[in-house]
Amino acid sequence: MTGYIVRRIAAVIPVAIGVATLTFLIIHLVPGDPVVAMLGDTAPQADIEGMRHRLGLDRPLPEQFVSFLCGLLHGDLGESITFRRSVSSLISERYPATLELAGAGMLVAIAIAFPLGFIAGAKPGGAGDVASMGFAIAGISIPHIYLGPLLMIVFSLDLRWLPLTGRGGFAHLVLPAITLGTALAAILARMLRQSLITVRESDYMRTALSKGLTPRAALLRHGLRNSLTSVVTLIGLQIGGLLSGALITEIIFSWPGLGRLLISAINLRDYPLVEGCVLTFAMTYVVVNLLTDLTYAFIDPRVRYS
Amino acid sequence: MSARSPSLIVGVALVTILVICAIAGPLAVHVDPDAIDLAKALAAPSLAHPLGCDQLGRDVLARILWGARLSLGVSVGVVTISAVLGTLIGAAAALAGGRIDNLIMRGVDIVLAFPGILLAIALAAILGPGLIDLIIALVAMGWTGYARIVRGEILTLRERDYVVAAETLGARPARVMLRHLLPGVAGPLAVQATFGIGGIIGAETALSFLGLGAMPPTPSWGNMLDAGRAFLLVAPHLTTAPGVAIGLAILGFNLMGDGIAQRIGVD
Repeated sequence: MTGYIVRRIAAVIPVAIGVATLTFLIIHLVPGDPVVAMLGDTAPQADIEGMRHRLGLDRPLPEQFVSFLCGLLHGDLGESITFRRSVSSLISERYPATLELAGAGMLVAIAIAFPLGFIAGAKPGGAGDVASMGFAIAGISIPHIYLGPLLMIVFSLDLRWLPLTGRGGFAHLVLPAITLGTALAAILARMLRQSLITVRESDYMRTALSKGLTPRAALLRHGLRNSLTSVVTLIGLQIGGLLSGALITEIIFSWPGLGRLLISAINLRDYPLVEGCVLTFAMTYVVVNLLTDLTYAFIDPRVRYS
Repeated sequence: MSARSPSLIVGVALVTILVICAIAGPLAVHVDPDAIDLAKALAAPSLAHPLGCDQLGRDVLARILWGARLSLGVSVGVVTISAVLGTLIGAAAALAGGRIDNLIMRGVDIVLAFPGILLAIALAAILGPGLIDLIIALVAMGWTGYARIVRGEILTLRERDYVVAAETLGARPARVMLRHLLPGVAGPLAVQATFGIGGIIGAETALSFLGLGAMPPTPSWGNMLDAGRAFLLVAPHLTTAPGVAIGLAILGFNLMGDGIAQRIGVD
C-alpha cells in the first residue's frame, strides 16, 4: 500500500508542474498586453512602464517563470492589483465557501442518484427504469444557468420558501446545491444502473439467488456493494464537472466563493488574481483525483497490485 | 438492441428542428433581432411577439432564432476543428510510440487537469470577448477527448488480424492508416462528436452567460439568460425562452449520441 501511495503521489508531481506552467503561459504569453488592458489604451506611457515594472513584467519571461514557481512553493501567489492584498489571503477567504457548495452538490447528487440508479438497475426496462432514466437524460441536458434561475423563480420568488441569493445558513445552501448536484446525479444514476446490470450477470449473484435470497435482497447485499467500487472511481472522474459547475452556480446565486472571485478578477483585469484562482481550481482537481485513487486502492486491494 | 431506438428518433428530430431554426429561422421571421422598441419593453408573449419582448423591447423569438445560428455554428465549428486536431495528435502519438507518445499524452493529462470549462474561461479572459477567441478557447479545451479516443482505438486496431495482414502484404503506413485504421476509429469518433456538440453548446452558453463569449447586442442564448435574470419576477419568459432552447438543443444531441452509440455498439 505504501509503495502504491508513493507511486501515485510521484505521478502527480509532473502534472502539477505542468498545470502551473500552462497557467503561467496562458496569462503571460497569450497576445494582448495585460497592463494596457488594465490601464486602458490612452494611459500615459510612463504609467504603463511603471505598472509593468511593479508587476515584474519587464523582466525576461524565463526569469518571471522561475520567480513564479519559487513563489508557488512558498504559497505566494503574488499581490492582487485591485485589492492590494496577497492573492493567497483572498483565495483562502473564499475557498471554504466553494468547498461547502461543491460538497453539498455532491451530497445532493448521491442522495438522488443512488435510489434512481438502484430502481433502474433492479428492473431494466420496467416503468421505474424508464422514469429514472428519463429524469437522468433531462438532468444531464438542463444547463446550470437555466436550472438555477428556474429554482429561484419557483422556490424563492413564488413560494418564498428559500432565500434568493447569498451564503448563510442551511436554507441558503439548498437551491445552489440542487442546481449543482442535478447534472452529477443524472450521470451517477446512469452509471450505477449500468454497473448493476453488469453485476447481475456475475457468478456470485447467481450463488446468492440459489441460496434463496430474494432478487432484491441479493442486489442490495451483494450487487450494490460491488457496484460501489466502480461508482467511487466514476465520482472522482466527475469532480471536474462539479468544480466548474460550482463556478457557474456561484455566479447565479451570488455565492461568495472562488468562482465569483475569479470572474470579478477577470472583469477587473486583475491578472495575478486570475492566475491564482485558475491555479487553485486546477490544483484542487488534481488533489481530489489523487485522493479518489488512493481511496479506491484502499477499498479494492486489486488496484494496488495492477 | 431494438432496431428502432426511441432515443435516436427523438434526438434526430430535435436536432433537425434546431438545424432548421438556425438556417431558415432568421430568414422566415422578418424581425430585426436588434430593433429596440422601449414601448414594448418586457412585453409578455402575444400574437405579434410569440415569445414576448426583452428589457429593450427586442423580439425574443427573433433573438432565439439568431442565437440558434450562433450556438449551432460555434459548436459545430469547434467540434470539427477539435476532432480533426485531436485525430491528428492522437494518431501521431499512437504511431510514433515511445517518448513522443509519452510526451503527447502527458500534455493531454495536463490539459485535462483543468476541470470542465476552466481552461476555456482562462483563455477567453485573456483573449478577450469575440467569436474567434471564443472558438479558440473552446477548441483548446475540447481536443483532448478526441486525441485519447483515436490513440486508444488505433493501438487496439493495430493488433487486429486484418491490419497485420495488410502490413504483411506490404501496404505502406499511409495506406494502412487511411484504409484500415481511420475507418475503424470513425464510429467512436462520431459518438464522441455528437455528445461533443451538446457539450460545446453548454460550454458556449455558459461562457456567454459569464460575459466571456458572444457580447451584447449579438443575440446568444447565454447572454440572453444572463440579461433576463434581472427580471425573473416581472418577465420570467426572458429566462425561460433561452433556457428551454439550450436544454432542448443539448437534449437532442445527447439522445442522438445515445442512439448512435446503441446502434453501432459503442459504450
